[in-house]
Amino acid sequence: MATFPEYIAQNEERDGVRFSWNVWPSSRLEATRMVVPVAALFTPLKERPDLPPIQYEPVLCSRATCRAVLNPLCQVDYRAKLWACNFCYQRNQFPPSYSGISEVNQPAELLPQFSTIEYVVQRGPQMPLVFLYVVDTCMEEEDLQALKESLQMSLSLLPPTALVGLITFGRIVHVHELGCEGISKSYVFKGTKDLSAKQLQEMLGLAKPAASSQARGSQAPQQPQYNRCGALALRGNVADQILWRVLASRFLQPVQKVDMNLTDLLGELQRDSWPVVQGKRPLRSLGVAMSIAVGLLECTFPNTGARIMTFIGGPATHGPGMVVGDELKTPIRSWHDIEKGNAKFMKKAAKHYESLASRASASGHVMDIYACALDQTGLLEMKCCANNTGGYMVMADSFNTSLFKQTFQRVFSKDVQGAFKMAFAAALEVKTSREVKVSGAIGPCVSLNAKGPCVSENEIGCGGTCQWKMCGLDPSTTLALYFEVVNQHNAPIPQGGRGALQFVTQYQHASGQRRIRVTTIARNWADAQTQIQSIAASFDQEAAAILMARLAVYRAETEEGPDVLRWLDRQLIRLCQKFGDYHKDDPNSFRFSETFSLYPQFMFHLRRSPFLQVFNNSPDESSYYRHQFNRQELTQALIMIQPVLYAYSFQGPPEPVLLDSSSILPDRILLMDTFFQILIYHGETVSQWRKAGYQEMAGYENFRHLLQAPVDDAQELLHSRFPMPRYIDTEHGGSQARFLLSKVNPSQTHNNMYTWGQESGAPILTDDVSLQVFMDHLKKLAVSSAA
Amino acid sequence: MKENVNQHTPMASPYVQPQPGYGQQPAFAPLDGGCPPPYAPYNGPMSAYQPGVPPQGYSSFTTFPSKAVPANPVSELSSPLDLGHGRAPPTSGPAPVSAPQVYNQYGGHHQGDMQNGPPPLTQAPPRPVASQSFNQGAANLSGPPTSYPQNYGPPPTMQHFSSQMSGLQINSGPPNAAGPGYASPHSSQPPVSRSFSAAPPPTYTQAPPPASSAPTQGPPAVSQQYYGGPPPPSHSFLHPTSQQQFTSPAPPPPSNQPSFAPPPAYSAPPPGQAPSPSVSQPQQSFAPTQPPTSIQYPPTSAPSGQYPGPLPPQQQPSFPSGPLPPRPQMPPSSMSQSNHLPPGPQGPLGPPGPPQQMPPPQPGMPGGYPPHQNGAFGPARGPQPGLMGPYPGQPNYGAPGPAPGSAPGSAPPAQKRLDPDAIPSPIQVIEDDKAKSAEPFSTGVRGQAPPLVTTDFHVQDQGNASPRFIRCTAYNMPCTADMAKQSQVPLAAVIKPLATLPPDEVPPYLVDHGEGGPIRCNRCKAYMCPYMQFIEGGRRFQCGFCTCVTEVPPHYFQHLDHTGKRVDFYDRPELSLGSYEFLATVDYCKNNKVPQPPAFIFFIDVSYNAVKSGMVKIVCQELKTLLDQLPRENPDLDSAVRVGFVTYNKVLHFYNVKSSLAQPQMLVVSDVSEMFVPLLDGFLVNVGESRQVIESLLDHIPEMFADTRETETVFGPVIQAGLEALKAADCSGKLFVFHTSLPIAEAPGKLKNREDKKLIGSDKEKSLFQPQVGFYNTLAKECVAQGCCVDLFLFPNQYVDVATLAVVPVSTGGSVYKYTYFQAQSDQERFLNDLRRDVQKPMGFDAVMRVRTSTGIRATDFFGSFYMSNTTDVELAGLDCDKAVTVEFKHDDKLSEETGALMQCAVLYTNCSGQRRLRVHNMAVNCCSQLSDLYRNCETDTIINFLSKYAFRGILNNPTKAVRDTLVNQCAQILACYRKNCASPSSAGQLILPECMKLLPVYLNCVLKSDLLLPAADVSLDDRAYLRQLISCMDVSETHVFFYPRLLPLMKLESGSLPVAVRASEERLSKGGVYLLETGLHLFLWVGANAQQELLLNIFGTSNFGQIDASMTCLPVLDNPFSLRLREMIDSFRAQRSRYMKLVVVKQEDRSELIFRHFLMEDKSASGGASYVDFLCHMHKEIRQLLS
Repeated sequence: MATFPEYIAQNEERDGVRFSWNVWPSSRLEATRMVVPVAALFTPLKERPDLPPIQYEPVLCSRATCRAVLNPLCQVDYRAKLWACNFCYQRNQFPPSYSGISEVNQPAELLPQFSTIEYVVQRGPQMPLVFLYVVDTCMEEEDLQALKESLQMSLSLLPPTALVGLITFGRIVHVHELGCEGISKSYVFKGTKDLSAKQLQEMLGLAKPAASSQARGSQAPQQPQYNRCGALALRGNVADQILWRVLASRFLQPVQKVDMNLTDLLGELQRDSWPVVQGKRPLRSLGVAMSIAVGLLECTFPNTGARIMTFIGGPATHGPGMVVGDELKTPIRSWHDIEKGNAKFMKKAAKHYESLASRASASGHVMDIYACALDQTGLLEMKCCANNTGGYMVMADSFNTSLFKQTFQRVFSKDVQGAFKMAFAAALEVKTSREVKVSGAIGPCVSLNAKGPCVSENEIGCGGTCQWKMCGLDPSTTLALYFEVVNQHNAPIPQGGRGALQFVTQYQHASGQRRIRVTTIARNWADAQTQIQSIAASFDQEAAAILMARLAVYRAETEEGPDVLRWLDRQLIRLCQKFGDYHKDDPNSFRFSETFSLYPQFMFHLRRSPFLQVFNNSPDESSYYRHQFNRQELTQALIMIQPVLYAYSFQGPPEPVLLDSSSILPDRILLMDTFFQILIYHGETVSQWRKAGYQEMAGYENFRHLLQAPVDDAQELLHSRFPMPRYIDTEHGGSQARFLLSKVNPSQTHNNMYTWGQESGAPILTDDVSLQVFMDHLKKLAVSSAA
Repeated sequence: MKENVNQHTPMASPYVQPQPGYGQQPAFAPLDGGCPPPYAPYNGPMSAYQPGVPPQGYSSFTTFPSKAVPANPVSELSSPLDLGHGRAPPTSGPAPVSAPQVYNQYGGHHQGDMQNGPPPLTQAPPRPVASQSFNQGAANLSGPPTSYPQNYGPPPTMQHFSSQMSGLQINSGPPNAAGPGYASPHSSQPPVSRSFSAAPPPTYTQAPPPASSAPTQGPPAVSQQYYGGPPPPSHSFLHPTSQQQFTSPAPPPPSNQPSFAPPPAYSAPPPGQAPSPSVSQPQQSFAPTQPPTSIQYPPTSAPSGQYPGPLPPQQQPSFPSGPLPPRPQMPPSSMSQSNHLPPGPQGPLGPPGPPQQMPPPQPGMPGGYPPHQNGAFGPARGPQPGLMGPYPGQPNYGAPGPAPGSAPGSAPPAQKRLDPDAIPSPIQVIEDDKAKSAEPFSTGVRGQAPPLVTTDFHVQDQGNASPRFIRCTAYNMPCTADMAKQSQVPLAAVIKPLATLPPDEVPPYLVDHGEGGPIRCNRCKAYMCPYMQFIEGGRRFQCGFCTCVTEVPPHYFQHLDHTGKRVDFYDRPELSLGSYEFLATVDYCKNNKVPQPPAFIFFIDVSYNAVKSGMVKIVCQELKTLLDQLPRENPDLDSAVRVGFVTYNKVLHFYNVKSSLAQPQMLVVSDVSEMFVPLLDGFLVNVGESRQVIESLLDHIPEMFADTRETETVFGPVIQAGLEALKAADCSGKLFVFHTSLPIAEAPGKLKNREDKKLIGSDKEKSLFQPQVGFYNTLAKECVAQGCCVDLFLFPNQYVDVATLAVVPVSTGGSVYKYTYFQAQSDQERFLNDLRRDVQKPMGFDAVMRVRTSTGIRATDFFGSFYMSNTTDVELAGLDCDKAVTVEFKHDDKLSEETGALMQCAVLYTNCSGQRRLRVHNMAVNCCSQLSDLYRNCETDTIINFLSKYAFRGILNNPTKAVRDTLVNQCAQILACYRKNCASPSSAGQLILPECMKLLPVYLNCVLKSDLLLPAADVSLDDRAYLRQLISCMDVSETHVFFYPRLLPLMKLESGSLPVAVRASEERLSKGGVYLLETGLHLFLWVGANAQQELLLNIFGTSNFGQIDASMTCLPVLDNPFSLRLREMIDSFRAQRSRYMKLVVVKQEDRSELIFRHFLMEDKSASGGASYVDFLCHMHKEIRQLLS
C-alpha cells in the first residue's frame, strides 16, 4: 500500500480533494477530540485534461431526499439491473438506456478511476458568455488610455459569440447602447440614486412586453426584431427571456457584431468631464454603476454565465456605496478608524455591495473588481462582490502597469481545448453518507440554503446548507468544506465500512454547455481509541493548516481580531497535547510525529501573516489578501502563509532555504515568493559586485549567470500565476527589502544577534517573537498539566 | 417779447420753477433740434451740446417773467416770433407767416400749433387765458405758444356726448378746455394744423376774422366754409374735437364761480371769446347751424342757468342770447355742438396763468370745467345742433331735419340709435395725432404726453426716457391719493426696458463709472440721473427721489457752472439723458463673480406627433443656419452664446457635440423623476468650434426618430434638465422648448386633461387659468434664481393645458408660441420666422428690475412676464426687446406740483456676451391738484394696456363676469368723475367724455369682447390661456392693435404712405374692395365678393373671384406696382410685430369670414359682445347711475 503522502497526492491529482484526516474517527466524540475537524479542500474544477466529458446525463438515486449520482462505490446488481445508492441504500432501477449493462460492459461512472467524472447536460439552450465592462472614467489620462487599450485588447480574446456590454461611470453612469450608426448612444443615470431592477428595466426600455407596449414602440431600431420575438413571447417564460435579450441586445451584443463599434467607443472614451475642484476627489458613482450592471444582467440574463468586470481608479465618492467623502482632507478609513468606529460610510457601503453581491449571485453572475489606484479604493466594502460571486479581485497601483495588464490578459487564458479557464453559475452539492454531515464551506461561494439530511446543525463557515453557489470559478478555485461526524460512540460502524462523500458540481462551461462534475470519495473509519495511530498517520498537515487558516480568517472577518489569534493558539496547543509525545510538564520531552511536525510552523507564520495581522496593511489590502487566500488551492495558499525562499550562490545550485533571517547572507541572492510578490534580494556582497559591474566583465560570466538565474525563475513564476505577483528586485539595504525582512522568521534581532554567535545573517529590527521562542512556549504549554 | 413774456410769465413761471433742471433742457431742445444726434458727439467733443446759447435764452426768459408787464401785443408778437425763429428755425420759418393769421383767428393756440417750438409752449398755455382777456394779447401770445400745442396738445380736447333718454348724441369737445392752456392748445393745434394743411389758408383767414371781428358772426362763416368744404364725415367729426378745443379756450375762462369774475371780462371780450368758440364751431359748421343753434341755445343756456348763479354770467359771455332755455332740445342735437363748445373750456388754460385776472377764474378750478359750461354755452352748441345737420358725417345727430346726414334715417331728436359716425372714431384720433406729430418728440419737457403709439415719430432724449421705453397712463399725476381714488384713473407706466429703437435713434449710451460702480444715492440707491441736484459747488448731490444728500466721490467730482449745472453736463449721459446704461461692476454680479456668457439650449420633442407634423425636421433644418445668427454684441465677432441640444419624448436625450468627437453622442436620461444633466463638457458648445458635429447631429435627429411610436411626453423634467445644465455650466441662458402634447408620462409635472367646457362661464372657470399643479411654480422660481429663461413653442393637436405649461415661460420672462394643428406646409413660415426672431433678438439675462419713485408714490403692482420674490424687485430670468412690464403706482403720501413725480427704472442684466449692465430709464411727470389737469394729460392706450392686464390677471381669481363688471365700473367711474368734476354742467342725458379719453369706451369694449373675457364657442381654453400670457407682456402699441385691429382698405395704394384705416366694422367694408386687417397676431386679407377685377388681377394674378385660393399663406409675386406695394406693406407689418403674422385670405361669404368678423371690433360679436354703439349707451347709463 502506498504511503499516505502518495495516497494524498494521488487523491488530489484525481479528485482535487485533500482531507485534513484521511482516516476518520468513527464517533462524534472522538472526532471533536481530534481538534482539527474532518474537513476537505475541494477544487471542483481541478484541471483534468485526461477526463473525457460524458455525453449523457448522470443517473440519480430515486429517493427524493438523496438524488445521489451513480458512482463507482455503488453496489450494482447487473442481472436485476439494479443499483444500490451508497448514501441512502435505496435500490434503484437503471434507466432503459443502461439495459446493456453487465460486469464487462460497465458505464464509465462505475469504473473506479472515474471517481471524478464530468457529464455534459444535453438539454437547454446553449448559453452565451456575457461580459459586461464597467469602467471608471475618473482617472488620469494615462491610466485611462492604458485601460482602454487593455479593454480593446480583451475584445480580441473573447469568443466571437460572446456578448459584450459597456457601462462607464464617473459622476454619471452611462449604459452604452452598442451598434448605433452615426450617433453613439448611451443611457445615463444619476450617481446618487440606486435603482431597483424593475425601475432600471423600465428606464432602459427593457420592460416586459405586457408592462408597456409604448416602451417597445420607442425602440425604433429594434422594431423588426421585436416583431419576430413578439410571437415567441407567447410561449412563456423562455420566450420571455429571449425577448428581453433582444431588447437588451442594444446593450449586450455579440463581439463579432460590435467589435469595431465597441473599439471606437472605447477609443472615444473620455475622462469624466465634470470639473473637480481643488481639494476634492472626483465624484465616482461606483455603487450605482455596479448596481446598474447587476440590474441589467439580472433582468436580461438570469442564471446565465456573465461577468461584470469593474475597473475602478479610485474609491466610490458619490451616492450609494460611497466609501469616502469627496473632501481630500478626510482620508479614506484605515484600520485605526474602523476600530475607533470612525469609518462612517463603511457599514452603509458594505451593505450596499452586499446586497449587490447577493443579487448577482442569485442570478449567477460574477463580479470582478480590478482596482488600480495608489490609495485604497474601498475593496473592504466591496469584497463581498468578488468573494460571494467567485469574481476576481485585482489590486494594482495603476492600469498602466504590467501587473494589471498581464493579470487582465490572463483572465482570458484558455485551456488546451481552447475554452476559457472559467466556469459560471456553478452549484455545488455535497452528499454524505449517514455518519457524516456537512457543517459548512469557506470559499468564494454563497449558500443556496438547501436543507437536507446531510446538513449538520453545527455550522462552520457558510453552513446550514448542502448546496452552495459559485457564480464564477476557475480550475484553481478551492473550497474548504467542513464536516461533522455524527455517528454516536455507541453505534460502531461495521467493519470495513467507509464514509462516503459525493460532490456534485453543476456549472456552465466556458463553451456554453451546462456540465455536471461528480466526485465521489470514501474514507475509512477508525476507532480513535484503538486506532489513534492510524488516524494520526493519516493527518495531512498542509491541508489541515489551510483548513484551520481559512477558519481563522473567516473568524477574523466576522469577529474581532485578537480572539482569533488566541483561538488559533489554543487549537494548536490542544493538537499538540492530543498528538504530541511527551512527558507531562517536561517541555524538552515533547516530540511530534512527522505528520505533524510542520504544522506549528505553519501556525507561526499564519499568526504573522497579513490574513490575521492588520498592522501595516490597509483595510483594502487585508481584504485583497484574504480574498486570494480564500479561493486559492492548497499549494498557493501555503505559499501565502509561509513564503518560499530560494537561495542562489556560488556554493551550489539554487536551493530552498529556511524562511529565516539567518538565510540572509551577503554572498547570496534570495528569491522569495509570497504569492503576492516575487522578490529578488541581492546580498550585501553580491549587490556590491553588481554595482561594480562585474557581470559585464569578461571572465565573470558565472556571476552574470548567477544574477540571471533568479530572474529567470521569477519570470517563470510571474508567467504562471494569477493574479500576477508584484515583482520586486532589491538588495541589501534597499527600501523594498522590507518585504523580505517582514516575512522571515526573526531569529536574529537587534535584541539577540550578539548572543547568537558568529553565525552571520541579517538582524531584523522587530520585537516579534521568533519561531524558536514560539516553539519553546508551545512545548511548555502543551506539556503543562495545567492547560 | 418781454411784454409777452410778462403776460405769460405768470403762467410760465410755474412750469419753469418746478423743473429747474428741466426747464433748461427744454430750452435747449430747440437748439438741439438743430443737432439731432445730441450724444453722438459724446465720444469726442461735445460741441453739439455745448450750445451754451440755450442757457442764455433761457435766462432771458426767466428774467422776463419777472418784468412781466402788459405789453403791446404787437411788440410781443414780433418778439415771440423772433424767439421762435432763433430756437427752432425750421418751424419758425413757416410759423411767421401763418402765425399772424392764426392769431387773429384763434388766438395764440393756433399759432402755437403751427410753430412747433416746444419750449415756448409752457408759456403759451397761459396765453390762451390772456388771449381771452386780451384779444390782442392772446393772439400775440399764441404766437410763441405755438410750440406748446405740440407738447401739451392732446389732453385738452374733450368730447361731450349728450344723450337723451336712451339715444346718445355725442359731441366731442375739449371740455377741460384743457383748462390748462396747454392741453387745449394741443388739441386745438392739431386741428389747426390740419386745417391749414388740408384747407387752404383762406379758411384760416376767415376764421380769424370772425374771432377778431364779431365773434358770433365770424364763427358761422367759418363753420360754413368748413362744412361746405371738403371735410368728410369723419373729418368733420374730428375737427369738432379739435375745434372744440379751440373754442373752448376762449370760453373756458368762465369756470363757474371764477368765471364770473371774468365774465365781465368776457362780456367785453365776448367777441373775442365767442370768436374762438365760434371758430371751433365754425369749422364744424356753425354757420349753417346757427339758426338752429340760436334756437337751441336757449336750452343749453338753460342748463347753465340751472347751475349756480355763476353760470349765467358765462352764458352771457358766450352768448348773450343765452336765453334759449329749452334744454331738452339742446341735448340731442346740441350735444355734439355743445361738445365743441366745451372745448371752449379751454378757458382752463387760465389755470396756469393764475396771476392775471383772467387766469384766476380759470385756475379757479376746474377752470377746465367751467369751460364745459362754456361749452355748455349751450348757445354755442345750440348752433351745433344745427351744425349737426350740416355735417356730412354727423347726419345722425339729433337734428334730423337739418342734417342731410349720411346716416340717413338719422332719428329725430330722441333717437334710439346712434350713428356710428357720430361717436368718437379711433381712426380719426389716430390720424389726427399723426398729423400733428411731424416734428421730433423731445422728452425734455416734464409731463408732456408723447404722440400716440400709432404715430410714427422721432424721439430726442432730453432727460426723460423715450416713450418707446416708458409710457404712462397719466402725465399729470394727482398730487394726493384722494384725488387718485376719486378719479379712478389708473396710475401706471408701461416699461419696455430693452425696446428696440428705430435705426435713426441712438441706443442708450454706455457709462462706466469705474471700479466703484455707478454713483448712487446713499439712501434710496437711485442711480445718478438728471434728477440729481448738485450742490455745494458740486461736492454733493441731492437725490431727486428721496432728497437725501450724498457725497460725490472724488473721481466723479466736477465743478458747477454759474447755473448750478456740472460743467460736464453734456459729457455725461447720466446727467443729461433719460436713458443710458451703466457698466456694472462685479458687485452687481451673482456670487460676486463675473458671469459667463449665456447659453441657448434647444429641447426638441421627438414624440410621434412632433415627428409626424414635420416639426422635428423643420427645427433641425432651420437650426443649422440659425445657429449662425445668435445674438452678439459685436457683429464682426462670433457670438459668445453657447448652444446645447436635447431631444425628448418621455425620456430625454442629451447630445454631446464636443468638437473633438467624430460623431455626436446621445445620452439618454430615462430617470426623469430626478432630473440631472449627464454631461458638462461637450453639452454646451461654441457653434463655430463644433459646427461639424452639430450639423451631423441635426441631420441625424429626424432620421433617428422617424419611426418612433412614442406618444407620451414629459415636460417638467425638460425644463429641469435645462435648469440643471445651466446650473452646471454656471451661466444664465434660454431654453427653447419645442413641445407637442400634454405631458402625461409619469414624471414630475405630469398633467391630466382638465378641459371641461361645462366650466366655462361658471365660477370655477378661474381655476382653469390657474396651473394644474404647483410643481411648475416651484420650478419657475428655481429657474429665475439661475437666470434660466424658457421659451416655449407649442404644436398642439389637442388640449395641452397652456395655463400650466406657460407658468415657467411666463415667470422667467420667456415667450410662448402656439401653432395649433401645425402643418409643415402652411405653418412653417410663421414658425420659422418666429423662431428666427426669437433666437436673434437682443435680450438680457438674469435681470433684475427695480422701479424707484419719488417720495409720495410707490410702485405697488407689476404685470408682465417675470417673477417677484419680494415686493420691489422684478426678477427676470430673461428680458428681451419685446417684453414690457406694466407698473402700477399708488400714493403713499402727497406729491408736490413743483417737483412732479419722478421714476427711475433700473434693469440689471447680463448681455449676450456675458457683460453685466445696468440700464436706467428716468421719467418725470407732472403732478396736479386739479382733476381737470389729470384728465387732460392721460393716454388712453396706456390705460387700456393697464386695465387689460389687470383684468386678465383678475380672471385667475375671479369669475369672468365679475372681472368684466369691474372693468365697466372702473371705466364708468373714471368718466363719471370727469363728468362730475371737470365737465360743464349739463343735462344728465349728455355724455361728456374727456378729450383724451374719448376712445376709452370703444377700447374698453374691445377688451371686454376679447376671447379671454367673452370667449366664443370655438375658442379653446388653451387659446385663452395663451392670449392671457401673451397680453401680460405686451407694450402699448401691441395691446392697441390687438384690441382694436387695424383695417386698411386696399383699393388704392401709394408708395410711401399707408392708406387711411377704416373703422373695424362690417359696415365699413365695401363689397367691391379688398381690405387688410392686422391685429399683431393675425393678418387677414379680406376680399369683397364684388371686388374689382383689376384689383384681383393685381393682387392674385387672377381676375376671377372664384379662382382665388383661400388657403394661400403668401401672395403670389406679381410684377405690378400694386402687388409690390401690397407685399411690401405686409412685410413691413410683419417686421413691426414681435410675432410673425400668417396671412389668411378671407373671401367674402366664405366660412372663414366668421373668424375675420371676430376682429371687427365695433360690431356685435358672435359671442354676444356689444357693438360699440350699444356699449357706449351702456356706459352712458352706468355713468348716469353713478352721477345720480
